[in-house]
Amino acid sequence: MLSFLHQQLLNDYQQDFPLSPTPYLDIANTLGVTEEEVLAAFSALAEQDFISRIGPIIQPNQLGISTLVAMAIPEADMSKVADIVSQYPEVNHNYEREHRFNLWFVLIARDQPHLANVIEQIERQTGFKTMQLPLLEDYFINLGFQLDLDSKAEAILVSA
Amino acid sequence: MDHIDREIISASQAGLPLTPEPYQTLAEQIGISADDLMQRLTHMQELGIIRRIGAIPNHYRLGYKHNGMTVWDIDDTFIDALGKKVGALDFVSHCYHRPRHLPDWPYNLFAMVHGKTAEAAAIQIQQIANLLGEHCLAHEVLYSTRILKKTGLRIKANVPS
Repeated sequence: MLSFLHQQLLNDYQQDFPLSPTPYLDIANTLGVTEEEVLAAFSALAEQDFISRIGPIIQPNQLGISTLVAMAIPEADMSKVADIVSQYPEVNHNYEREHRFNLWFVLIARDQPHLANVIEQIERQTGFKTMQLPLLEDYFINLGFQLDLDSKAEAILVSA
Repeated sequence: MDHIDREIISASQAGLPLTPEPYQTLAEQIGISADDLMQRLTHMQELGIIRRIGAIPNHYRLGYKHNGMTVWDIDDTFIDALGKKVGALDFVSHCYHRPRHLPDWPYNLFAMVHGKTAEAAAIQIQQIANLLGEHCLAHEVLYSTRILKKTGLRIKANVPS
């Protein structure tokens, strides 16, 4: 089970992580615990992969250029195509989804020619066409997803 | 934004170290002072390059196994107004306007929902449908069946802007 401290760290620090010389101490003072407890709790959350990392989240298209790409791949070719696509360092968030368009990934490149070049290489290497759906507008407003952590999460923290 | 800003972002994608002075550690890696690093992070937040600084939860590991990409065909006249409303829902983690790709792809609004159960996800999707009402002509939900690759942002720090 996640302790109360784990839950607070997960829910309250998705944004506004302190930008100060000693952020973990600041959090500890806010929550009324010690810096060691905060560090141990974050370490446990990271080790168990309950948080992917602590750090800045970059606004899309602020560094280079990106697009969402979808491909419709026959089941028999899926593994091969997925492996080819995942090999590109420009590709992240590659997902298989239940749909005729069953392969979905985000491509990030330094500029438009670089992006076009990677798309062309992927199409040539896999033999399948891509559908590009670049971001036109970002409607993201809420700054943190409220996690429901009370109901017995599969979360089992051994060391905490 | 200069090459040092890019180096800061690149170095921070691995995550802030879990040590008492994490910004100091990061600054040493780059060869600048911690004060300079913190000022640059503040400035990049003000400019909107950095959206926020925080601990990024892994929804899937926390029990949210039903992650649906909901896609909607919205009348272009209303897309901005409706997109903002959908983006403000507290269970929506991402909400984007993207181009249609006719005839294969009629959908222009994307919203990600996360449920611990299929029922929970279905309720969220119904709430979005209610909000969009008659301005939505069609929609689909694409659930992920396999995560094939998931990495943080990868941008070479020395790329000229």
